[in-house]
Amino acid sequence: MTKDNCCCSGGTTTILACSGGSNVGQITNEVAKRLDVAGVGKFFCLAGVGGQISGMLASVEGSDRVLVIDGCPVACAKKILAAADLDGYNYVVVTDLGIEKAHDFTLSEQDIERVMSACKASLANPPAKEVQQ
Amino acid sequence: MKNLQVLGTGCPKCKKLAEMTEQAAKELGIEYELTKVTEISEIMTFGIMLTPGLAVDGEVKVAGKLPSVEDIKKMIA
Repeated sequence: MTKDNCCCSGGTTTILACSGGSNVGQITNEVAKRLDVAGVGKFFCLAGVGGQISGMLASVEGSDRVLVIDGCPVACAKKILAAADLDGYNYVVVTDLGIEKAHDFTLSEQDIERVMSACKASLANPPAKEVQQ
Repeated sequence: MKNLQVLGTGCPKCKKLAEMTEQAAKELGIEYELTKVTEISEIMTFGIMLTPGLAVDGEVKVAGKLPSVEDIKKMIA
């Protein structure tokens, strides 16, 4: 939201990334940033959702679509949303795309592009049933 | 006394939410103070990224949606 955009025109896609301490976690962060810059959606603060900040919870609830990106099957982002009773989102897990988790922060451009494509493809479809609950 | 804050820069939806909130409060017969928070820097302190928003006693109840008067009543009761 900026001074010139009150963000009430609808069609909002919110992007939440686990942004964790691994290569795949940081890929989620980088992808979320790039999707925001590309205008695909708005990168939003998962920590605020986890912290139960009322404005942040209400903003996610008020979004037309939500894309959640987890780095690995530990699924911290998914669990944070479950704890906040938020469901019905599109969901991408980086390791599901064949990218191996490591404690290495030299991110591959190829990996980032692969996850970007997967996120865009996910958003082309309705939220998956398994996360609608 | 309920502190009702309508969060929005002043677009038609924000104004509509203020009107509906006032209507809901009057129909409930509660004591309230309604303020319109229009400065973007102040709106951001509530942690919202979508407007319009409604905060009741400092807690954001809705953002990015225009709820019905009946829903607003439940939020402010």
